[in-house]
Amino acid sequence: MDVVFLSRLQFAAATMFHFLFVPVTLGLAFLVAWMETKYVRTGDKLYLSMTKFWGKLFLINFALGVVTGITLEFQFGTNWSRYSAFVGDIFGSILAIEATVAFFLESTLIGVWVFGWRKLSKQAHATVMWLIAAAGTMSGFWILMANGWMQHPVGYVIRDGRAELESFAAVVFNKFAILEFFHTISGAYVLSAFFVMGISAYHLLKKQHVEFFTRSFRPALVFGLISSLVVAISGDAHGVHVTQVQPAKLAAMESHWETTTRAPLHLIAIPDEKNERNRIELISLPGLLSLLGHHDINAEIKGLKDFPPDERPPVWPTFVSFRIMVGLGTLFILLTVVGLFLRNRLVESPRYLTAMMYAIPLPYIAIELGWVVAEVGRQPWIVYGIMKTSDAVSPVAVSQVASSLVAFVLIYGLLGAIGFYLMFTHAKKGPEPEAQS
Amino acid sequence: MELLQFIWFFLWGLLWAVFFMTGGFDLGVGTLLPFLGKTETDRRLMINAIGPVWDGNEVWLITAGGVTFAAFPTVYAVMFSSLYTPLLLILFALIFRGVSFEFRGKVASKTWKAFWDKSIFFGSMIPSFLFGVTFANIFAGIPFNDAGYHGSLAALLNPYGILGGILFLIFFLQHGTLWLAVRTTGILHTRSARAAGRIWPLNASAVVVFLVATAFYTDLYSNYLARPYLFFLPSAAAAALVAIRFFHQRRLYFRAWFASAATIVFATFFCLAGLFPNLFPSSMGDQYSLTAFNASSSQLTLTIMLVVVLAVIPIVIGYQIWAYRLFSGKLSQEDLAYEDVY
Repeated sequence: MDVVFLSRLQFAAATMFHFLFVPVTLGLAFLVAWMETKYVRTGDKLYLSMTKFWGKLFLINFALGVVTGITLEFQFGTNWSRYSAFVGDIFGSILAIEATVAFFLESTLIGVWVFGWRKLSKQAHATVMWLIAAAGTMSGFWILMANGWMQHPVGYVIRDGRAELESFAAVVFNKFAILEFFHTISGAYVLSAFFVMGISAYHLLKKQHVEFFTRSFRPALVFGLISSLVVAISGDAHGVHVTQVQPAKLAAMESHWETTTRAPLHLIAIPDEKNERNRIELISLPGLLSLLGHHDINAEIKGLKDFPPDERPPVWPTFVSFRIMVGLGTLFILLTVVGLFLRNRLVESPRYLTAMMYAIPLPYIAIELGWVVAEVGRQPWIVYGIMKTSDAVSPVAVSQVASSLVAFVLIYGLLGAIGFYLMFTHAKKGPEPEAQS
Repeated sequence: MELLQFIWFFLWGLLWAVFFMTGGFDLGVGTLLPFLGKTETDRRLMINAIGPVWDGNEVWLITAGGVTFAAFPTVYAVMFSSLYTPLLLILFALIFRGVSFEFRGKVASKTWKAFWDKSIFFGSMIPSFLFGVTFANIFAGIPFNDAGYHGSLAALLNPYGILGGILFLIFFLQHGTLWLAVRTTGILHTRSARAAGRIWPLNASAVVVFLVATAFYTDLYSNYLARPYLFFLPSAAAAALVAIRFFHQRRLYFRAWFASAATIVFATFFCLAGLFPNLFPSSMGDQYSLTAFNASSSQLTLTIMLVVVLAVIPIVIGYQIWAYRLFSGKLSQEDLAYEDVY
């Protein structure tokens, strides 16, 4: 129970909680914008009703996303002051740019979208939601630039005991950050798609508002399918890059202990960290790990034993999270492909609809576990290869961090429960009566 | 490089000034909720008077914090870790306030709405007060040296700190009442206009007390004595303060609100011009103080950030003004019947 551990726990809790709400908003903004544009183009009031129904769910998530985001901006300073002083020249400027180009736009326009129905033309009002959607994704770009720099620092020089910017272009075009951006954002889009599909499935199973929810389901399906494929493709590319620049993380992701060429992938493995081996390795596919990690079946994959014990990430969380995430990601592709075939007879496919309804929590789990892989897999580094997490915390008392951690758990617990309750109630109720299909 | 650092000190100050000018009135309105919002209709009108703009206003705070991190990372690190407790209290308050607007109208229950109303009140009052306490303490000097911070929340609640808190609260209440006078009609308008008039003497007194106390508790006047032309800043603030009363008496409420905004902006710059070159002075010795010249980012970062800010912020101001003008009309009870309101 030291400051480092509690600070890590607090940051993880704050970030994972923030990320329960943000991904939905990133994708749902586009879906709602699409619905509103259909209304503007066709004049069909059902699309207006869809815009308002899904819009309300969007706004609940947006409110929670905004307030939990402020926490993160504060927390770099409050709990990670040594880190902030060390990287502020680079990391701080990226965050400031995020606020300037993205936060202002989305927060200003959200007020316009909520309150401006009677003040703007139909086209203008719909455009506002497109801009909100763009601003959200733009915000994701910048924050992932920042995280990408932590994972793979580029464009810097160490001067006067801190990291100083040497090339802004290197930072912005950091391959790690770009791959991370495509992978994370498409993951968010998948979540939002399954959110819409799952809620739609609930109503379609009950055969209520059939036209309304069929029209909601189908674009979400296409959005989800394309996004799931992008997740997989970008994930593969990202994994190859991670193998190259974060070999310890890759070794932990796969619980790979001995450096080998033509490294196998064990479909089932149980790590035994203490003894630096796997207790069980079943169904080993020869060369597959080398193939995945380097796109070369004969390439060498570094094992965890190649790294000093204090430079290895915790294996269990990284390994288990990665496997579940990939498994779920594959499932999302399968479910959306099946949906593609069934898209014209959804109401007649109760088993598929039931699956989609119960699938709602799955992308949440996948996306959070993805962050566990990214962040726990980077340990013990806070900036990979340059600064250790244990050297990065603020010089504050354990009691302060313990108190704030408790406060966050209570406040977030309360607001999160209320937020999900409101979403659940609103989703279950369905659209306003005028929108009967 | 020094010019860049000076420019960034000014921009940092400008961001805080704009936050206080914008966020100030919505924090003020939230604090006024239990006092001016006597009926459910009143409260809804007050909330909707700030509904379209409060979130965009709050981003000036986010950006001020972000710029502190980007341009003066040492200040960001030392300030946020030292002022851990008050900043987290501000954060928790803003979190509750932020969701209240969205959640309040979702359940038709008096208890539910009362909970979120309290949430709005505390979520507005606490940050207003604590921002004042925080900045007053910064002006007076924070007890830190190279061994770390040696203060506490209790220590921050010293007489000058509390005076700062009260001043900010009064500034925001004045600003909030005038905003309501501009945007509402009927009984709420009358009540707000009357409240604005009643707050003004408190406002003026607090300003005078603060100006005097600042001479005793801080070093802020030394810059003024060295460069007397800087006295135009507090003079402008005083003139704007008087203008509030002038316009209010003539029932020109938008001009009065504008004068209130000007008072806040000039008051902020009065303080920051006195603080310069310090951003986070130490009361334990000047050698520990963090200044624009010893705590800034690299030249490259400051340059790139300047380009970004000069290119983007004018656009931001442009569309924020557009949004304000979209919602510049009067709010009436009839508006509450529509669904595009809180």
